Amino acid sequence: MRRVALALFSTITGLVILLDFKTHSASTIPAAVSTAGPSTRTGTGSAATPAAGSTASSSSSSSGTKTVTGDSVDTQWGPVQVEITLSNGKVTKANAVVYPTQNPRDQEINAYAIPALNQEAVSAGSAQIDMISGATVTSTGYVGSLQSALDKAGL
Amino acid sequence: MPAATLARTVHVEHCMGTVFTIDVRDPGEWGHAVGDVVAWLHQVDAVFSTYRPDSNISRMQRGELRLADAHDAHPDVAAVLDLCAQVQLTTGGAFTAMQAGRLDPTGLVKGWAVERASLLLREHGSRNHAVNGGGDMQLAGEAEPGRAWSVGIVDPRDRGRVLATATGRDVAVATSGGAERGPHILDPFTARPATAVASASVRGPSLTFADAYATAAVVMGVEAARWLDGIDGYEALLVTAEGAASASAGW
Repeated sequence: MRRVALALFSTITGLVILLDFKTHSASTIPAAVSTAGPSTRTGTGSAATPAAGSTASSSSSSSGTKTVTGDSVDTQWGPVQVEITLSNGKVTKANAVVYPTQNPRDQEINAYAIPALNQEAVSAGSAQIDMISGATVTSTGYVGSLQSALDKAGL
Repeated sequence: MPAATLARTVHVEHCMGTVFTIDVRDPGEWGHAVGDVVAWLHQVDAVFSTYRPDSNISRMQRGELRLADAHDAHPDVAAVLDLCAQVQLTTGGAFTAMQAGRLDPTGLVKGWAVERASLLLREHGSRNHAVNGGGDMQLAGEAEPGRAWSVGIVDPRDRGRVLATATGRDVAVATSGGAERGPHILDPFTARPATAVASASVRGPSLTFADAYATAAVVMGVEAARWLDGIDGYEALLVTAEGAASASAGW
C-alpha cells in the first residue's frame, strides 16, 4: 500500500486546491453544468453543439472551440467558479472567474494561483477525461454532476 | 486529429434511481442497440428492485415467491444470487446480499446489469463504448483510436473536483461510498454505517466484481487496499473520511 499525494489541504485557498488537483491529475473540468431530462445525441465529437435543454454556459465557434463555465462551488474559503476553454475536446485555457479575495493572504495566493491554474490546464490539455466515477450518483445528484457536464458538453 | 471526427452516440437514461450514460464510440447507427440496452436496464429494475413491491426480489422477501419460481420467471435471479454468495465468500463477509434479514442484492445488481449491457452492445457489433451506471462503468475498447479511456475519480468531499484518474482499455471502474447520500453502506458485522472510508474506487476487468468489491472496501476500511492486492486483476483507490488517500500496489 502506498500513500498517494492528493489535492487535499486545509490551510490555503480553494484556488490552490484547484491548482494542486491540476498538478496531480492532469485534466480539469469545471464544477458542473446543469442538465435537463434524458436525451440522445449522435454527433461528431467535440464540435457538437450542446443538446437542447442544456443550460450550460457554453458557446461554440466554427473551429470546435467552446467555453464552459462551471457552477459556483462553495469551498470553506468562499465560492470558486472556473471557466475552461476547449478546443477539439482538449482544455486549452482555464480561468477562475470567481475566487476568494477576503484577505491579503487570499489575494497573494490568487496572484500566483490563477496564472498557474491556466498554465497547468494548458499543459495538461493532452489528457482528456471521458467518464466520471463517484459514489452513489442518484438521479438528483446527476444534475449538476461532472458526468452530466461531460454528457452535455461532449468533451 | 481524431477528436474532430470522433464518432459518438450518447444516450442518457434514468433508471434504478440513478442515471445511465451509454456512450458508443464506433461509427454507424446505434439507435437500435441503445434501445435494447435501455430495455434491458428497465427489465433488470423490474425484477431486482427492492423499492418495487412487485419485483421478484420483493416477492421473494415476502415469501410469496420461491427461488426456483423466481428463477423460472427470470433466469438471471439465481445467477445473481450465486454471484452475491461468491462475492460474500471472497470478501470475508464484508459484502452480503442479506442484511438484517432482508434480501438485497442491490450492491451487485447494478454493476452486473451494466456489464451485461456492455456485452449486449458487443453482440450488436460495438467494440468501443462505455456504459456508466451512476459512476460505475464498463468500458469496452478505447475512447478513440489510439487513446485509452480516462476516468476521473470524484473527490468524495467535493464532488465538483476530480482527484485522480484511472485509464485503461476493456476495463471496469466502480466507486462506492457516502459522498452524495452520506454514510449508507452498512457494515454487516456491526449493522452500523461504515464511515472510515469516504470513497472506494476499484478498477478491474469485470464491473460485477469491481462494484461489489468497492462496496466491500468501504466496509473493510483502509485495510481494503491490502486485501485487494491479493485479488488478481483488481486495484483500489481509497479516500478516508479525513481525506487521506491510499491505493493498492497496481493502481
